[in-house]
Amino acid sequence: MKHIQSLTTRNLEESMKKGGCGECQTSCQSACKTSCTVGNQSCEKNKQ
Amino acid sequence: MVHQYKNNGYNIVLDVNSGSVHVVDDLAYDVIALYEKEEKDAIIAKMLSRYAESEEPVTAESVQEVLDEVEQLKEEKTLFTEDIYEQYLMDFKKRKTVVKALCLHISHDCNLACRYCFAGQGEYQGDRALMSLEVGKKALDFLIANSGSRRNLEVDFFGGEPLMNFDVVKRLVLYGREQEKLHNKNFRFTLTTNGVLLNDEIMEFCNKEMGNVVLSIDGRKEIHDDMRPARNGKGSYDLILPKFKAFADSRNQEKYYVRGTFTRKNLDFSKDVLSLADEGFRLISMEPVVASPEEPYAIREEDVPVLCDEYDKLAKEMLKRKKEGNGFEFFHFMIDLSGGPCVAKRLSGCGSGTEYLAVTPWGDLYPCHQFVGKPEFLLGNVNDGIINTELQDEFKTCNVYAKPKCRECFARYYCSGGCAANSYNFHGKIQDAYDIGCELQRKRIECAIMMKAAENEK
Repeated sequence: MKHIQSLTTRNLEESMKKGGCGECQTSCQSACKTSCTVGNQSCEKNKQ
Repeated sequence: MVHQYKNNGYNIVLDVNSGSVHVVDDLAYDVIALYEKEEKDAIIAKMLSRYAESEEPVTAESVQEVLDEVEQLKEEKTLFTEDIYEQYLMDFKKRKTVVKALCLHISHDCNLACRYCFAGQGEYQGDRALMSLEVGKKALDFLIANSGSRRNLEVDFFGGEPLMNFDVVKRLVLYGREQEKLHNKNFRFTLTTNGVLLNDEIMEFCNKEMGNVVLSIDGRKEIHDDMRPARNGKGSYDLILPKFKAFADSRNQEKYYVRGTFTRKNLDFSKDVLSLADEGFRLISMEPVVASPEEPYAIREEDVPVLCDEYDKLAKEMLKRKKEGNGFEFFHFMIDLSGGPCVAKRLSGCGSGTEYLAVTPWGDLYPCHQFVGKPEFLLGNVNDGIINTELQDEFKTCNVYAKPKCRECFARYYCSGGCAANSYNFHGKIQDAYDIGCELQRKRIECAIMMKAAENEK
Protein backbone atom coordinates (compact mmCIF):
# COMPACT_ATOMS: atom_id res chain seq x y z
CA MET A 1 0.00 0.00 0.00
CA LYS A 2 1.12 3.52 -0.72
CA HIS A 3 -0.30 5.42 2.25
CA ILE A 4 -0.70 2.77 4.92
CA GLN A 5 1.85 0.33 6.23
CA SER A 6 0.66 -2.39 8.57
CA LEU A 7 2.81 -3.95 11.28
CA THR A 8 2.60 -7.67 11.86
CA THR A 9 0.19 -8.27 14.71
CA ARG A 10 -1.56 -11.23 16.24
CA ASN A 11 -5.10 -11.57 14.95
CA LEU A 12 -7.16 -11.24 18.12
CA GLU A 13 -10.32 -12.64 16.57
CA GLU A 14 -8.42 -15.76 15.53
CA SER A 15 -7.04 -16.06 19.05
CA MET A 16 -10.56 -16.78 20.32
CA LYS A 17 -10.47 -20.15 18.61
CA LYS A 18 -7.44 -21.62 20.34
CA GLY A 19 -6.97 -19.17 23.19
CA GLY A 20 -7.83 -19.25 26.85
CA CYS A 21 -5.65 -22.20 27.89
CA GLY A 22 -4.53 -20.23 30.95
CA GLU A 23 -0.97 -21.57 30.96
CA CYS A 24 0.50 -18.09 30.62
CA GLN A 25 2.06 -16.10 33.41
CA THR A 26 -0.09 -14.21 35.89
CA SER A 27 0.51 -10.54 35.21
CA CYS A 28 1.59 -9.57 38.72
CA GLN A 29 4.17 -12.35 38.87
CA SER A 30 6.30 -10.54 36.33
CA ALA A 31 7.71 -7.25 37.52
CA CYS A 32 4.83 -4.97 38.20
CA LYS A 33 3.04 -5.70 41.47
CA THR A 34 1.30 -2.32 41.41
CA SER A 35 -0.28 -2.11 37.96
CA CYS A 36 -1.57 -4.64 35.50
CA THR A 37 0.19 -5.26 32.25
CA VAL A 38 -0.64 -8.08 29.89
CA GLY A 39 0.31 -6.64 26.50
CA ASN A 40 3.95 -7.46 27.04
CA GLN A 41 3.41 -11.05 28.05
CA SER A 42 4.07 -14.03 25.89
CA CYS A 43 1.56 -16.62 24.85
CA GLU A 44 2.66 -19.95 26.23
CA LYS A 45 1.55 -21.73 23.06
CA ASN A 46 3.68 -19.48 20.87
CA LYS A 47 6.70 -20.25 23.02
CA GLN A 48 6.48 -23.94 22.19
CA MET B 1 -12.90 1.39 17.65
CA VAL B 2 -9.90 3.14 16.18
CA HIS B 3 -7.30 5.01 18.21
CA GLN B 4 -4.96 7.27 16.30
CA TYR B 5 -2.11 9.40 17.55
CA LYS B 6 1.10 11.05 16.48
CA ASN B 7 4.31 10.32 18.32
CA ASN B 8 7.95 10.97 17.46
CA GLY B 9 7.10 11.71 13.82
CA TYR B 10 4.98 8.58 13.33
CA ASN B 11 1.29 8.63 12.54
CA ILE B 12 -0.14 5.57 14.19
CA VAL B 13 -3.56 4.04 13.74
CA LEU B 14 -4.48 1.30 16.16
CA ASP B 15 -7.48 -0.81 15.28
CA VAL B 16 -8.33 -1.61 18.85
CA ASN B 17 -10.51 -4.68 18.47
CA SER B 18 -8.35 -6.60 16.01
CA GLY B 19 -5.09 -5.42 17.58
CA SER B 20 -3.85 -4.25 14.16
CA VAL B 21 -1.35 -1.41 13.98
CA HIS B 22 -0.98 0.77 10.90
CA VAL B 23 1.64 3.42 10.28
CA VAL B 24 0.20 5.96 7.87
CA ASP B 25 1.10 9.15 6.05
CA ASP B 26 -0.50 12.49 6.95
CA LEU B 27 -3.21 12.24 4.34
CA ALA B 28 -4.25 8.75 5.40
CA TYR B 29 -4.17 9.86 9.03
CA ASP B 30 -6.65 12.65 8.31
CA VAL B 31 -8.86 10.53 6.07
CA ILE B 32 -9.12 7.77 8.67
CA ALA B 33 -10.14 10.34 11.30
CA LEU B 34 -13.08 11.35 9.12
CA TYR B 35 -13.89 8.01 7.57
CA GLU B 36 -16.79 7.02 9.78
CA LYS B 37 -18.14 10.53 10.25
CA GLU B 38 -18.35 11.89 6.70
CA GLU B 39 -19.40 10.84 3.22
CA LYS B 40 -16.59 10.11 0.80
CA ASP B 41 -17.20 13.18 -1.35
CA ALA B 42 -17.08 15.37 1.73
CA ILE B 43 -13.81 13.76 2.82
CA ILE B 44 -12.27 14.40 -0.60
CA ALA B 45 -13.41 18.03 -0.54
CA LYS B 46 -12.05 18.55 2.98
CA MET B 47 -8.70 17.02 2.12
CA LEU B 48 -8.32 19.12 -1.02
CA SER B 49 -9.01 22.21 1.01
CA ARG B 50 -6.80 21.20 3.96
CA TYR B 51 -3.83 20.35 1.78
CA ALA B 52 -4.28 23.20 -0.75
CA GLU B 53 -1.20 25.00 0.54
CA SER B 54 0.81 21.86 1.11
CA GLU B 55 4.18 21.31 -0.56
CA GLU B 56 3.08 17.91 -1.78
CA PRO B 57 -0.12 18.39 -3.73
CA VAL B 58 -3.13 16.33 -2.79
CA THR B 59 -5.48 15.40 -5.57
CA ALA B 60 -8.90 13.81 -5.57
CA GLU B 61 -7.16 10.71 -6.94
CA SER B 62 -4.74 10.49 -4.05
CA VAL B 63 -7.57 10.82 -1.52
CA GLN B 64 -9.40 8.09 -3.39
CA GLU B 65 -6.28 5.94 -3.14
CA VAL B 66 -6.37 6.27 0.62
CA LEU B 67 -10.07 5.49 0.69
CA ASP B 68 -9.42 2.35 -1.35
CA GLU B 69 -6.69 1.27 1.02
CA VAL B 70 -8.98 1.82 4.00
CA GLU B 71 -11.68 -0.24 2.31
CA GLN B 72 -9.22 -3.03 1.70
CA LEU B 73 -8.16 -3.08 5.35
CA LYS B 74 -11.79 -3.11 6.41
CA GLU B 75 -12.37 -6.15 4.24
CA GLU B 76 -9.32 -7.78 5.74
CA LYS B 77 -10.77 -7.05 9.20
CA THR B 78 -7.83 -4.96 10.34
CA LEU B 79 -9.49 -1.57 10.44
CA PHE B 80 -12.80 -0.35 11.86
CA THR B 81 -13.53 -3.75 13.37
CA GLU B 82 -16.19 -4.29 16.00
CA ASP B 83 -15.78 -5.55 19.54
CA ILE B 84 -17.14 -9.08 19.17
CA TYR B 85 -15.69 -10.53 22.35
CA GLU B 86 -18.14 -9.67 25.11
CA GLN B 87 -20.24 -12.83 25.04
CA TYR B 88 -17.16 -14.95 24.45
CA LEU B 89 -15.54 -13.42 27.49
CA MET B 90 -18.63 -13.80 29.66
CA ASP B 91 -18.68 -17.51 28.79
CA PHE B 92 -14.95 -17.69 29.41
CA LYS B 93 -15.32 -16.10 32.83
CA LYS B 94 -18.02 -18.58 33.79
CA ARG B 95 -15.64 -21.50 33.44
CA LYS B 96 -14.36 -23.13 36.58
CA THR B 97 -11.19 -21.32 37.49
CA VAL B 98 -8.12 -22.91 38.98
CA VAL B 99 -5.44 -21.38 41.15
CA LYS B 100 -2.26 -20.99 39.19
CA ALA B 101 -0.16 -18.49 41.09
CA LEU B 102 0.61 -17.62 44.69
CA CYS B 103 2.33 -14.63 46.14
CA LEU B 104 3.90 -16.05 49.27
CA HIS B 105 4.42 -13.44 51.97
CA ILE B 106 7.37 -15.31 53.29
CA SER B 107 8.31 -12.43 55.57
CA HIS B 108 6.18 -9.69 57.05
CA ASP B 109 9.29 -7.91 58.12
CA CYS B 110 11.79 -5.79 56.31
CA ASN B 111 15.31 -4.50 56.84
CA LEU B 112 14.54 -1.29 54.97
CA ALA B 113 12.00 1.38 55.82
CA CYS B 114 10.94 2.61 52.38
CA ARG B 115 8.77 5.66 52.77
CA TYR B 116 6.25 4.69 50.10
CA CYS B 117 5.88 1.04 51.07
CA PHE B 118 2.29 -0.17 50.54
CA ALA B 119 3.13 -2.96 52.97
CA GLY B 120 3.77 -0.49 55.80
CA GLN B 121 7.49 -1.29 56.08
CA GLY B 122 6.76 -4.95 55.58
CA GLU B 123 4.17 -5.60 58.25
CA TYR B 124 1.03 -4.90 56.22
CA GLN B 125 -0.54 -2.98 59.07
CA GLY B 126 -0.22 -6.08 61.27
CA ASP B 127 2.44 -7.83 63.31
CA ARG B 128 5.91 -8.69 62.17
CA ALA B 129 6.13 -12.35 61.30
CA LEU B 130 7.98 -14.91 59.22
CA MET B 131 6.18 -17.72 57.40
CA SER B 132 6.93 -21.12 58.88
CA LEU B 133 7.97 -24.02 56.69
CA GLU B 134 4.76 -25.79 57.67
CA VAL B 135 2.52 -22.96 56.47
CA GLY B 136 4.59 -22.63 53.28
CA LYS B 137 4.23 -26.33 52.51
CA LYS B 138 0.49 -26.14 53.07
CA ALA B 139 0.37 -23.23 50.66
CA LEU B 140 2.13 -25.24 47.96
CA ASP B 141 -0.13 -28.22 48.68
CA PHE B 142 -3.15 -25.92 48.37
CA LEU B 143 -1.85 -24.62 45.04
CA ILE B 144 -1.29 -28.09 43.63
CA ALA B 145 -4.67 -29.31 44.86
CA ASN B 146 -6.50 -26.36 43.33
CA SER B 147 -4.63 -26.09 40.05
CA GLY B 148 -6.70 -28.59 38.07
CA SER B 149 -4.97 -29.58 34.86
CA ARG B 150 -2.77 -26.51 34.73
CA ARG B 151 0.83 -27.59 34.65
CA ASN B 152 2.80 -24.40 35.19
CA LEU B 153 2.42 -23.12 38.74
CA GLU B 154 3.91 -19.80 39.78
CA VAL B 155 5.12 -18.97 43.25
CA ASP B 156 6.59 -15.58 44.05
CA PHE B 157 8.53 -15.21 47.28
CA PHE B 158 7.52 -11.79 48.43
CA GLY B 159 7.48 -9.72 51.58
CA GLY B 160 8.42 -7.62 53.37
CA GLU B 161 11.84 -8.84 52.53
CA PRO B 162 11.86 -12.56 51.68
CA LEU B 163 15.59 -12.99 52.25
CA MET B 164 14.95 -12.40 55.95
CA ASN B 165 13.43 -15.88 55.83
CA PHE B 166 15.69 -17.42 53.21
CA ASP B 167 16.03 -20.78 54.91
CA VAL B 168 12.29 -21.33 54.48
CA VAL B 169 12.51 -20.12 50.87
CA LYS B 170 15.14 -22.75 50.16
CA ARG B 171 13.25 -25.52 51.88
CA LEU B 172 10.04 -24.63 50.10
CA VAL B 173 11.76 -24.72 46.73
CA LEU B 174 13.11 -28.18 47.53
CA TYR B 175 9.64 -29.26 48.67
CA GLY B 176 8.11 -27.86 45.50
CA ARG B 177 10.63 -29.73 43.34
CA GLU B 178 9.67 -32.99 45.07
CA GLN B 179 5.98 -32.36 44.77
CA GLU B 180 6.01 -31.28 41.14
CA LYS B 181 7.31 -34.67 40.08
CA LEU B 182 4.59 -36.46 42.01
CA HIS B 183 1.81 -34.33 40.57
CA ASN B 184 3.10 -33.63 37.05
CA LYS B 185 3.43 -29.93 37.70
CA ASN B 186 6.15 -27.41 36.95
CA PHE B 187 6.85 -24.81 39.60
CA ARG B 188 8.10 -21.46 38.39
CA PHE B 189 9.63 -19.72 41.37
CA THR B 190 10.37 -16.02 41.48
CA LEU B 191 11.73 -13.76 44.19
CA THR B 192 11.42 -10.05 44.86
CA THR B 193 14.18 -8.58 47.02
CA ASN B 194 15.65 -5.32 48.24
CA GLY B 195 19.11 -6.85 48.04
CA VAL B 196 20.31 -6.06 51.55
CA LEU B 197 20.97 -9.70 52.45
CA LEU B 198 22.03 -10.90 49.02
CA ASN B 199 25.24 -12.94 48.99
CA ASP B 200 26.96 -15.41 46.70
CA GLU B 201 25.21 -18.43 48.15
CA ILE B 202 21.76 -16.87 47.69
CA MET B 203 22.57 -15.76 44.15
CA GLU B 204 23.77 -19.22 43.24
CA PHE B 205 20.63 -20.78 44.65
CA CYS B 206 18.42 -18.27 42.85
CA ASN B 207 20.24 -18.77 39.57
CA LYS B 208 19.49 -22.46 39.80
CA GLU B 209 15.90 -22.25 40.99
CA MET B 210 14.30 -18.87 40.28
CA GLY B 211 12.78 -18.25 36.87
CA ASN B 212 12.87 -14.53 37.54
CA VAL B 213 14.15 -12.24 40.24
CA VAL B 214 12.91 -8.71 40.84
CA LEU B 215 15.54 -6.43 42.35
CA SER B 216 14.22 -3.26 43.94
CA ILE B 217 16.25 -0.15 43.19
CA ASP B 218 14.96 3.30 42.35
CA GLY B 219 17.58 4.71 39.98
CA ARG B 220 19.81 7.62 40.92
CA LYS B 221 21.55 7.28 44.27
CA GLU B 222 20.01 10.39 45.81
CA ILE B 223 16.51 9.38 44.72
CA HIS B 224 16.94 5.82 45.93
CA ASP B 225 18.46 6.79 49.28
CA ASP B 226 15.77 9.36 49.96
CA MET B 227 12.90 6.88 49.64
CA ARG B 228 14.62 3.59 50.51
CA PRO B 229 16.54 4.13 53.74
CA ALA B 230 17.51 1.42 56.18
CA ARG B 231 15.80 1.37 59.57
CA ASN B 232 18.59 3.59 60.90
CA GLY B 233 17.81 6.20 58.25
CA LYS B 234 20.92 5.58 56.18
CA GLY B 235 20.52 5.14 52.43
CA SER B 236 20.78 1.62 51.00
CA TYR B 237 22.02 2.38 47.47
CA ASP B 238 25.73 1.80 47.99
CA LEU B 239 25.03 -1.45 49.77
CA ILE B 240 22.81 -3.01 47.14
CA LEU B 241 24.06 -1.65 43.80
CA PRO B 242 27.21 -3.80 43.55
CA LYS B 243 25.24 -6.87 44.59
CA PHE B 244 22.54 -6.27 42.00
CA LYS B 245 25.14 -5.72 39.29
CA ALA B 246 26.87 -8.96 40.17
CA PHE B 247 23.52 -10.76 40.35
CA ALA B 248 22.37 -9.50 36.94
CA ASP B 249 25.70 -10.48 35.38
CA SER B 250 25.61 -13.88 37.01
CA ARG B 251 22.24 -14.42 35.32
CA ASN B 252 23.74 -13.37 31.97
CA GLN B 253 21.56 -10.24 32.02
CA GLU B 254 18.48 -12.43 31.61
CA LYS B 255 15.49 -13.42 33.71
CA TYR B 256 15.60 -10.57 36.14
CA TYR B 257 14.32 -7.01 36.45
CA VAL B 258 15.70 -4.15 38.37
CA ARG B 259 12.50 -2.51 39.47
CA GLY B 260 12.07 0.96 40.81
CA THR B 261 9.27 3.16 42.00
CA PHE B 262 9.05 6.81 41.08
CA THR B 263 7.13 9.40 43.03
CA ARG B 264 6.22 13.06 42.86
CA LYS B 265 9.73 13.74 44.14
CA ASN B 266 11.30 12.47 40.93
CA LEU B 267 8.87 13.24 38.15
CA ASP B 268 11.95 13.26 35.90
CA PHE B 269 12.07 9.51 36.36
CA SER B 270 13.49 8.87 32.89
CA LYS B 271 16.81 9.91 34.41
CA ASP B 272 16.46 7.13 36.95
CA VAL B 273 15.75 4.56 34.26
CA LEU B 274 18.78 5.79 32.30
CA SER B 275 20.88 5.78 35.45
CA LEU B 276 20.12 2.08 35.85
CA ALA B 277 20.91 1.49 32.18
CA ASP B 278 24.20 3.37 32.59
CA GLU B 279 25.06 1.05 35.46
CA GLY B 280 24.82 -1.82 33.01
CA PHE B 281 21.34 -3.20 33.72
CA ARG B 282 19.53 -4.39 30.62
CA LEU B 283 16.09 -5.30 32.03
CA ILE B 284 14.52 -2.38 33.81
CA SER B 285 11.12 -1.63 35.25
CA MET B 286 10.09 1.65 36.85
CA GLU B 287 6.57 2.14 38.17
CA PRO B 288 4.62 5.12 39.42
CA VAL B 289 4.05 5.02 43.16
CA VAL B 290 0.56 4.13 44.27
CA ALA B 291 -0.21 6.16 47.36
CA SER B 292 -3.01 7.99 49.14
CA PRO B 293 -3.49 11.44 47.60
CA GLU B 294 -2.62 13.14 50.90
CA GLU B 295 0.94 11.78 50.83
CA PRO B 296 3.38 14.44 49.66
CA TYR B 297 5.04 12.00 47.30
CA ALA B 298 1.79 10.78 45.68
CA ILE B 299 1.39 11.38 41.95
CA ARG B 300 -1.25 14.02 41.27
CA GLU B 301 -3.43 14.58 38.24
CA GLU B 302 -1.46 17.73 37.42
CA ASP B 303 1.72 15.64 37.16
CA VAL B 304 0.38 13.50 34.35
CA PRO B 305 1.50 15.73 31.42
CA VAL B 306 5.01 15.93 32.87
CA LEU B 307 5.16 12.17 33.25
CA CYS B 308 3.86 11.64 29.71
CA ASP B 309 6.69 13.84 28.42
CA GLU B 310 9.10 11.72 30.41
CA TYR B 311 7.82 8.55 28.76
CA ASP B 312 8.29 10.21 25.36
CA LYS B 313 11.82 11.23 26.25
CA LEU B 314 12.61 7.76 27.47
CA ALA B 315 11.22 6.10 24.34
CA LYS B 316 13.30 8.32 22.06
CA GLU B 317 16.45 7.76 24.08
CA MET B 318 15.87 4.01 24.07
CA LEU B 319 15.53 3.99 20.29
CA LYS B 320 18.73 5.99 20.01
CA ARG B 321 20.63 3.66 22.30
CA LYS B 322 19.35 0.61 20.50
CA LYS B 323 20.58 2.03 17.21
CA GLU B 324 23.97 2.59 18.80
CA GLY B 325 24.08 -1.03 19.96
CA ASN B 326 23.56 -0.09 23.58
CA GLY B 327 19.88 -0.87 24.00
CA PHE B 328 17.96 -2.04 27.04
CA GLU B 329 14.43 -3.18 27.79
CA PHE B 330 11.93 -1.16 29.77
CA PHE B 331 9.21 -3.38 31.18
CA HIS B 332 6.35 -1.04 30.39
CA PHE B 333 7.45 -0.46 26.80
CA MET B 334 7.70 -4.14 26.05
CA ILE B 335 4.90 -5.22 23.81
CA ASP B 336 4.56 -8.37 21.81
CA LEU B 337 2.42 -7.40 18.83
CA SER B 338 2.76 -10.62 16.85
CA GLY B 339 2.86 -13.23 19.59
CA GLY B 340 1.24 -11.61 22.60
CA PRO B 341 -1.58 -12.99 24.68
CA CYS B 342 -4.87 -14.29 23.32
CA VAL B 343 -7.96 -12.12 23.63
CA ALA B 344 -9.25 -14.11 26.61
CA LYS B 345 -6.12 -13.25 28.57
CA ARG B 346 -6.26 -9.65 27.44
CA LEU B 347 -9.81 -9.04 28.61
CA SER B 348 -10.29 -11.27 31.60
CA GLY B 349 -8.48 -9.20 34.22
CA CYS B 350 -5.39 -9.93 36.26
CA GLY B 351 -6.78 -13.03 37.94
CA SER B 352 -6.55 -11.68 41.48
CA GLY B 353 -8.84 -13.49 43.88
CA THR B 354 -9.29 -16.43 41.55
CA GLU B 355 -6.18 -17.60 39.72
CA TYR B 356 -3.82 -15.53 41.80
CA LEU B 357 -3.82 -15.37 45.59
CA ALA B 358 -1.57 -13.96 48.27
CA VAL B 359 -0.71 -16.00 51.35
CA THR B 360 0.23 -14.31 54.63
CA PRO B 361 2.80 -15.73 57.08
CA TRP B 362 -0.14 -17.20 59.00
CA GLY B 363 -1.57 -18.93 55.94
CA ASP B 364 -4.44 -16.54 55.33
CA LEU B 365 -5.50 -16.10 51.72
CA TYR B 366 -6.15 -12.71 50.13
CA PRO B 367 -7.04 -11.77 46.54
CA CYS B 368 -3.55 -10.37 45.99
CA HIS B 369 -0.58 -8.91 47.84
CA GLN B 370 -2.10 -5.45 47.79
CA PHE B 371 -5.23 -6.54 49.66
CA VAL B 372 -3.29 -8.17 52.49
CA GLY B 373 -3.98 -6.35 55.74
CA LYS B 374 -7.54 -5.37 54.71
CA PRO B 375 -9.72 -7.69 56.83
CA GLU B 376 -12.74 -7.29 54.54
CA PHE B 377 -10.74 -9.04 51.81
CA LEU B 378 -9.84 -12.18 53.75
CA LEU B 379 -10.79 -15.06 51.45
CA GLY B 380 -9.83 -18.09 53.50
CA ASN B 381 -6.69 -19.93 54.56
CA VAL B 382 -4.40 -22.69 53.41
CA ASN B 383 -6.01 -25.24 55.74
CA ASP B 384 -9.63 -24.72 54.78
CA GLY B 385 -9.23 -23.19 51.33
CA ILE B 386 -11.52 -20.42 50.08
CA ILE B 387 -14.25 -19.71 52.62
CA ASN B 388 -15.56 -16.36 51.43
CA THR B 389 -16.84 -17.58 48.07
CA GLU B 390 -19.07 -14.52 47.70
CA LEU B 391 -16.00 -12.30 47.65
CA GLN B 392 -14.26 -14.61 45.25
CA ASP B 393 -17.27 -14.46 42.93
CA GLU B 394 -16.98 -10.68 42.91
CA PHE B 395 -13.38 -10.97 41.76
CA LYS B 396 -14.37 -13.59 39.24
CA THR B 397 -16.68 -11.18 37.47
CA CYS B 398 -14.01 -8.50 37.37
CA ASN B 399 -13.04 -7.93 33.74
CA VAL B 400 -12.94 -5.10 31.22
CA TYR B 401 -16.65 -5.38 30.37
CA ALA B 402 -17.53 -4.96 34.03
CA LYS B 403 -15.77 -1.59 34.04
CA PRO B 404 -17.56 1.21 32.21
CA LYS B 405 -14.35 3.23 31.81
CA CYS B 406 -12.61 0.34 30.08
CA ARG B 407 -15.32 -0.05 27.47
CA GLU B 408 -14.37 3.33 26.05
CA CYS B 409 -10.62 2.87 26.37
CA PHE B 410 -8.26 1.78 23.59
CA ALA B 411 -5.80 0.36 26.09
CA ARG B 412 -8.11 -2.32 27.47
CA TYR B 413 -6.49 -5.10 25.44
CA TYR B 414 -3.10 -4.27 26.96
CA CYS B 415 -3.89 -3.76 30.65
CA SER B 416 -6.79 -6.17 31.00
CA GLY B 417 -8.78 -3.66 33.00
CA GLY B 418 -6.05 -2.51 35.33
CA CYS B 419 -5.32 -3.24 38.94
CA ALA B 420 -8.28 -4.16 41.18
CA ALA B 421 -6.45 -2.98 44.29
CA ASN B 422 -5.76 0.43 42.79
CA SER B 423 -9.41 0.69 41.83
CA TYR B 424 -10.45 -0.17 45.37
CA ASN B 425 -7.97 2.23 46.96
CA PHE B 426 -9.17 5.18 44.92
CA HIS B 427 -12.85 4.41 44.36
CA GLY B 428 -13.82 1.94 47.07
CA LYS B 429 -14.75 -0.81 44.62
CA ILE B 430 -12.84 -3.20 42.40
CA GLN B 431 -14.86 -2.60 39.23
CA ASP B 432 -13.62 0.94 38.70
CA ALA B 433 -10.23 2.12 37.48
CA TYR B 434 -7.48 4.27 38.98
CA ASP B 435 -7.61 7.23 36.62
CA ILE B 436 -4.04 8.51 36.88
CA GLY B 437 -2.76 4.99 36.43
CA CYS B 438 -4.94 4.63 33.33
CA GLU B 439 -3.62 7.84 31.78
CA LEU B 440 -0.05 6.70 32.29
CA GLN B 441 -0.84 3.23 31.02
CA ARG B 442 -2.29 4.66 27.80
CA LYS B 443 0.80 6.76 27.28
CA ARG B 444 3.10 3.80 27.82
CA ILE B 445 1.21 1.74 25.27
CA GLU B 446 1.39 4.57 22.75
CA CYS B 447 5.15 4.79 23.26
CA ALA B 448 5.58 1.02 23.04
CA ILE B 449 3.70 0.85 19.75
CA MET B 450 5.59 3.86 18.38
CA MET B 451 8.84 2.09 19.15
CA LYS B 452 7.65 -0.95 17.19
CA ALA B 453 6.82 1.34 14.27
CA ALA B 454 10.30 2.88 14.46
CA GLU B 455 12.00 -0.50 14.63
CA ASN B 456 9.92 -1.75 11.73
CA GLU B 457 11.13 1.11 9.58
CA LYS B 458 14.73 -0.03 9.65
